[in-house]
Amino acid sequence: MLALLVRRLALGVVTVWLVSVIIFAGVEVLPGDACTVVLERDAQGEVLENCRKNLGLDRPAFERYIDWASGAAHGDFGVSADGQTKISKEVALRVKNSILLAAGALSVGVPLAIFLGVIAGLARDRFADIFVSTAAIFAMTIPEFVSATILVLVFSIWLGWLPAVVLTPADAPALEFWPEFIPATIVLTMVMVAHIMRMVRSSVIEVMSSEFVQMATLKGVPYGRIVLRHALPSALLPAINVVALTVAWLLGGVVVVEVVFNYPGIGRMTIDAISDRDLPIIQALVMLIAATYVLVNLVADLASMLLNPRLRTLRMRS
Amino acid sequence: MADATTHTRTTFLSRWGQILRDVARRPSGAIGLFLVGLHIIVAIISPAIVPYDFKALDSSLILAPPDADHWLGTDALGRDVFTRLLLGGREALLVCALAIPLTMIWGGLMGVYLGLRGGWVDEVAMRLVDAFLALPGILPLMVFVVIFGAGNEVLIPTLAFFFGIPVIRVARGATHDVVARDYVLAARARGHSRLSIMRRELLPNTLDTLMVEGAMRLSWMLLTFSSLSFLGFGVAPPTPDWGQSISEARVYMSLAPWGVLGPMIALSSLIIGVNLTADALAKTLGIDRSRKAVV
Repeated sequence: MLALLVRRLALGVVTVWLVSVIIFAGVEVLPGDACTVVLERDAQGEVLENCRKNLGLDRPAFERYIDWASGAAHGDFGVSADGQTKISKEVALRVKNSILLAAGALSVGVPLAIFLGVIAGLARDRFADIFVSTAAIFAMTIPEFVSATILVLVFSIWLGWLPAVVLTPADAPALEFWPEFIPATIVLTMVMVAHIMRMVRSSVIEVMSSEFVQMATLKGVPYGRIVLRHALPSALLPAINVVALTVAWLLGGVVVVEVVFNYPGIGRMTIDAISDRDLPIIQALVMLIAATYVLVNLVADLASMLLNPRLRTLRMRS
Repeated sequence: MADATTHTRTTFLSRWGQILRDVARRPSGAIGLFLVGLHIIVAIISPAIVPYDFKALDSSLILAPPDADHWLGTDALGRDVFTRLLLGGREALLVCALAIPLTMIWGGLMGVYLGLRGGWVDEVAMRLVDAFLALPGILPLMVFVVIFGAGNEVLIPTLAFFFGIPVIRVARGATHDVVARDYVLAARARGHSRLSIMRRELLPNTLDTLMVEGAMRLSWMLLTFSSLSFLGFGVAPPTPDWGQSISEARVYMSLAPWGVLGPMIALSSLIIGVNLTADALAKTLGIDRSRKAVV
C-alpha cells in the first residue's frame, strides 16, 4: 500500500516535470521569442539584442529553464511579453472565475449525472435507458459552440430569459457574475453529465449482474435495499476517475464555451495570449492547466485506492 | 458446395465487408452510415451542383431572408448561404480523412511496439505520453496554427501527432491483452524478429480495437477541426467552412437566424453520424468503450 502510494506520487511529480520540459522546449524550438513578437518589424540588430538582454533571453536555455521552473514552482510566472502585466496576479483572477464556473457546473452536473446513470443502468434497454442514452450521445457529440448558439438563440433572443454574454469585468466579485454565468454553466453541465452518466450506467449494469447482487436477490433482500446498499457503493467507485477528468477539463480546457459567452476565465485568457503570441503567458497557463490535470487525477487515484481495497495491491495501472 | 479450403480462409476485405454489413444492420449503425455517406456524397459532388459562386459578394442582398433564388437567404456579405452550406464540410472531411490514417499508423505502431518491447523504453515513452496527455486539448494546436499558419500542410500533421498520443495508450493496452498468448510465445520460440511478430501476430489481433478507436477519434477530430475554425484558427476565408460560418453568422443571428441554422445542423449531423457508426462498430466487434474514461 505504502509502496504503491509512493510510486503514484512519484509518477505525478515526474509527469509535471516532463510537462514543464516539453512546454519550455516547445517554446524554444518554435520560431520567434518574446522579443521578436513585441518588437515585430523592428526586431533586428541592436534593438533586438538589447531587448533580449533586458529579458535575459541571451542566457543559455538551461539557465533560463531553471529560473522559469523554480519561479513557476513558487507560483511566480514573471511578466507578460509586453512587460505590462504581472502574470501571477492576472492568472489568479481568472482562476477564481474558472473555479466559479466549474463549481456551478459540478454542483448541478454530478448529482444529475449519477441520478440519470443509475436510472438508465437499472432500466437497461427499456424506454428510460434508450431515451437517456440517446440524449447523452447528442449532448456529447454536438459541438459546444453549436449547443451554446442554440441556447442563446432560443433563451436569450427569442424568449429573452437569459443574458447572451457576460459583460462583468474579470476582477468583479464572484456574486456579480449572477445571472450572466448561467448559460455557460448549462452548456458545460450538458457535456459533463453525458460523459459521467455513460460511465455510471455501464458500471451499474455490471454490478447489477454480479454474483453478490444475485446472491442478495436470491436471499430475498428488497430491491430498493439491494440497489442502495449493495450495488450503488461499488457501482459509483469507477465514477471518481471520470469526475476527476471532468474537473480537470472544467478548470482548464473550456476555451470554446468561455469565448462564446465572453466569460473571463482561464480558457479565454489562454486564447487571447495565443492570439497575441504572448509566449510567457502561454507557457504559464499551459503549465498551470497541465499541473491541475495531473493533480486532480492524482487525487482521484488516491481516493479510489482509499475507497476500493482491490486497487491497493502493487500492480501497475497502465 | 462449400469448398473446405476456401471457406476457412477469410480475406481481410471479405471480413470487413461482413462487419460493415453487420454495422448497417444495427439501427444506430444504419443511421450513422447513412449520415456519413450523405455527407461524403455532398462533399464530392457539391462543387458541380452549387447554384452560386461561394465567394461572390452581392451588396444589394445583405442578410436577405430565404426566397426562391436564395433558398437559405444570404449572409452579411451578400453571399448565398445554401452554396456555402453545401461546400462547408469539404475542408473538414478532407483534413480529417487524411489525418486519421496518419494518427492511427503512428499511434498504433508506436503503441504495439511499446507493448511488445516493454522494459525501460516502454517506461520512458509512457511517461512522455502521460505528460503530453496533460497538455490541454486544443491549445497546442492553436499555438502551431498561430506560428506556422492554418494551411492543411500544418493542420494535418499537427492533428495526427496530438491525436496519436492517446492512441498509443490504447494500442499498447490492446497489445498487452494478446502479447502473453501462446501464438505470440510460439512465434518468439521460432525466433521471429520483433518486426515480424508485430506484423504477423500483434497487428492483426489488435486491429479491431484500433479500428473502433480510429472511428471514435475521427468524430473528435472533426469536432476539434470545427472548433478551431469557429475560434478563427482554422481555414482561411473565403473558403467556406461550417465552424467559421457559424461564428460569422452568430453575430447577427437575431436578425438572420437562417445563417446559423444550416451549418449547425450540417456539422452536428456529420459528427453524430460518425459517432453512431463508431458506436455500432464497437458493439459489432464486442469492444466496450463506455467503461473507459475519455482522454
